[in-house]
Amino acid sequence: MTAPLPHTHTHARPDGAGTRRASVARGYRFELVKLVAQWRIRLLVLACWIAPAFFVAAVSQQSTLPVDTLFGRWMHATGWAGPLVMLGFAGTWALPLLTSVVAGDVFAAEDRLGTWRHLLVAVRSPRRIFAAKAFASLTVLLLLVAGLACSSAAGGVVAVGNQPLVGLDGHLLTPADAAVKVLLAWVCVLAPTLALAGIGLLGSVALGRSPMGLLLPVLVALAMQLAQMMPLPVAVRLALPSYAFIAWNGLFTGPAQLAPLLIGIGVSLAWAALATALAYLLFVRRDFTNLSHDGSGRRAVTVGVLPLVGLVAMTVAALTTSTTTTTTDTAAAADTNTAATTATGSGIGQAKVQSSVATAFAHLYRMQTEQLHRPAVTEAQLGATATCDKGSGQIAAQGPGNDWRCVVSWHLPGVQAVGQAIYQLDVTPDGRFMADGDGPKEVNGYFLVRTPQGDAPNPLWQFDGNVELLSTSKG
Amino acid sequence: MDALLAVRARGITKWFGNVVALDGVDLDVAQGRIHGLVGPNGAGKTTLLGLLLGLAVADSGSLEILGTPVGRALDAPDGVAGFVDGPGLYPSLTARQNLAALAALRGDDARSSAIDDALAQVGLTDVADERARGFSLGMRQRLGLAAALLTKPRLLVLDEPSNGLDPAGKKHVHGVLTRLAAEGASVVLSSHRMDDLEALCSDVTILATGRVVFSGPLSKLTAEEQELDYRVRTCDAHAARRLAAEVAGIRLVDGAGARHDARVLVVRAPAPALDELVVRLVQAGVAIRELSPVVSPLEAAFLALTEPEEAGR
Repeated sequence: MTAPLPHTHTHARPDGAGTRRASVARGYRFELVKLVAQWRIRLLVLACWIAPAFFVAAVSQQSTLPVDTLFGRWMHATGWAGPLVMLGFAGTWALPLLTSVVAGDVFAAEDRLGTWRHLLVAVRSPRRIFAAKAFASLTVLLLLVAGLACSSAAGGVVAVGNQPLVGLDGHLLTPADAAVKVLLAWVCVLAPTLALAGIGLLGSVALGRSPMGLLLPVLVALAMQLAQMMPLPVAVRLALPSYAFIAWNGLFTGPAQLAPLLIGIGVSLAWAALATALAYLLFVRRDFTNLSHDGSGRRAVTVGVLPLVGLVAMTVAALTTSTTTTTTDTAAAADTNTAATTATGSGIGQAKVQSSVATAFAHLYRMQTEQLHRPAVTEAQLGATATCDKGSGQIAAQGPGNDWRCVVSWHLPGVQAVGQAIYQLDVTPDGRFMADGDGPKEVNGYFLVRTPQGDAPNPLWQFDGNVELLSTSKG
Repeated sequence: MDALLAVRARGITKWFGNVVALDGVDLDVAQGRIHGLVGPNGAGKTTLLGLLLGLAVADSGSLEILGTPVGRALDAPDGVAGFVDGPGLYPSLTARQNLAALAALRGDDARSSAIDDALAQVGLTDVADERARGFSLGMRQRLGLAAALLTKPRLLVLDEPSNGLDPAGKKHVHGVLTRLAAEGASVVLSSHRMDDLEALCSDVTILATGRVVFSGPLSKLTAEEQELDYRVRTCDAHAARRLAAEVAGIRLVDGAGARHDARVLVVRAPAPALDELVVRLVQAGVAIRELSPVVSPLEAAFLALTEPEEAGR
């Protein structure tokens, strides 16, 4: 038998001495090889690069358009509406699902296959394994998102054409402007996609083989979408990365509503960084000698969740402070209800709604005038104004709801009478609204207008718009 | 550091929560030797192998692998390869792709000839381009060994490498390990197959409840004076039984070994007494057709050294 020897403490060793670790680049290639070898990843790549084109082309040929979806009502008019409809769908369903399948499984797959020890022995650095896996999953996600964007744009332009796009405030974007803004919109949603990817990595590390690890991005995205449908204060709404999935709407107004978009992107990137950092910390502390423990302990979940909750709280506090100090600007000061303009309110106030409706109406009236070959008129000449109330004036004119009613008035050059049209508005908590016209048939009372080329959709009958929830820029 | 030691562990202790997996373990593995690691389930074998592979760090004690002290980081010195709890393979890749990806990952020369050679050594050339998803356990074990061979290891650590192997696979694996040792590499392997260990290992360490209860050359387990049961098959069982009864130190055992064959005698004896019996049988003209321990020396030692530990839990 061996004689017992006195215990000594382990020596500290210069980092890497005697060890040849695999580089991150090699690990990255290795992870890509494994990902691409999976049939589901191959199918996803194919689907993302092919299916949107057929979907957009097919929907564009239908007589009934998805008018409930932003830009859906313009799918007959321009091919650039298709990728934006697809973007709306992607933000709701496709991107959370894709991040689940790719990022949500990238660590859990090793648990499922029992390959952690093999990988660790080969790479000899948990840090490099983490980096390689994160970069590889990010690469595949970017490939999938690029596929969705390119394919839907190609399908729209080929099926409908490279026509001008009507923006959310009714102004016309040239095809080139539309293309640039569509590209920018897709680039912007990369930020919340990265946030979901970070959550996917965190779930994959913290929950291991549990199906919850795979589903976490979808569940988090769903929960955040539900939250966005609730009448939350603006600061809370913007503190969630899901807002960036809709903040791109602001690119399609003139001037662009950049403040909420940039805040949404910043919040999303902060979530992505924090979730990834938490996943990293959990991963490098994991004990791989005991594979029955895959990291799904209560502590792992706690360590993963609490910092993100803290981030939301800090963001809400920061937004509340910063936006409250900016409510003295002209737009906010003009609002009849100051509370609605601060970050603690809904962000939807009477003055903003009136301004948005009047602006969109003026742009679209000019467009209708050109359709009907009437004498040209400018928005300035029209001097359109809107007077809006909510609940027939029985309740305060603020907040979301489908009981907004606006009376739009305008002047035509050389005509004494004031034109008036009525709109019923359905304003959602995220600031989007659909205006349904109820006025003179030749203006907004009927869904078609008779043009010299035949009947055409009436741009003033129904239109979409949005109210900028923050008062930091003029909406 | 002893220049001839591939592994030198002193007082290694490893805790999992409140459970001590390794309790002051000392281990010496000589270069160019095959060292067996045996013990009951939960004895700490996999934990110890994990330390050698750099998958965990000890809570206390010192560990030197291939002359390099192992620190707190989760890594192992270059030249160490192997697997614990079965090889890690990616089912969506073929055998060849698994090896090529691994070679590329390590930055080794991923020439196809090297991969072909590794596959040939473990007898998987015919299935080199089949996906690992369809591999049996034995084929997976052999592919895992091929993956380790690709790195040209100086210390090979294997956990139950014989699991699921058919005779041909076993022959391949034994051949590879023996050749590696002959070329100067050290091999540490754990197994519950005592026959494998006895066939391969020159040294063995027996663990029980995280402690080393024996460590040294296999030959030391079969001490001269230690009694073992032997099966003796002769041409004349009656004469053999009579002669055995006459030799001092030999006891006849009515056991399972003779149950189905009247020509087989089971005796319990130390080695000198057994030698004496052989001499007398030969002198009496009784041909010896088989002489083997009923329970291998290693297994006997294993049972003797570990059962009290288990009973004492």
